[in-house]
Amino acid sequence: MPFEEKMTWVSVVVGLLVPLTYVAVVLPQLSDTAAAEIAYQPALVISVVASIVLTIAGAIAMAIATAVGAEITGTGSVDDIDRKDERDVQIGRRGDVVSYYVASVGAVAALIITMLEYEHFWIANTLYLSFALAGVVGGIVKLRAYRRGF
Amino acid sequence: MVRPTRVTNQIRALRFAAAEMTQAELADRVGTTRQTIIAIEQGRYSPSLEVAFRIAHALGTPLDEVFAYPEEQS
Repeated sequence: MPFEEKMTWVSVVVGLLVPLTYVAVVLPQLSDTAAAEIAYQPALVISVVASIVLTIAGAIAMAIATAVGAEITGTGSVDDIDRKDERDVQIGRRGDVVSYYVASVGAVAALIITMLEYEHFWIANTLYLSFALAGVVGGIVKLRAYRRGF
Repeated sequence: MVRPTRVTNQIRALRFAAAEMTQAELADRVGTTRQTIIAIEQGRYSPSLEVAFRIAHALGTPLDEVFAYPEEQS
């Protein structure tokens, strides 16, 4: 598996786990609290920071695992870690284009609910979750291209 | 599985003809990852013209002996 594909796996897993945890923490509060009174900001900031930290930690762990794996099995090489070729670049672009479209739809949705004067809670969460969804969908497109070709 | 490209290649046979060159060795010479060489061999990826030329050079073979494209049906 190319290192870039491993990195895509890391970002997809982190991109799913963190927003799902955020939703599991924030969403139940809607049952007994008005949206305007929910203190979603700390959880949202923690989620964004956690995504960045976990992605970096995952990248480091993946690099170490790749180097150790290459040493033990004799297949692959430590050089694979920073090797990125034209196929990686093309697959990256393909995923990024899809991410852009998903994020754009989310931004338009946020724009609409802003004009409809919804609470900040809904606007902020629409934006956050659309970015999160964009990242995951883009990652899945990349993984599909790595597995099935294009 | 439907092959995403109509480009066919003889890389596998030519590697064996070239002193049984491994996919990793070819990847090192061409400057790609081993997985990209595997994807090209299996017809899952159609390389750029530049990488195609580098593969042909590494295998010591003209480009059109490495890659082929079927004639269009008119």
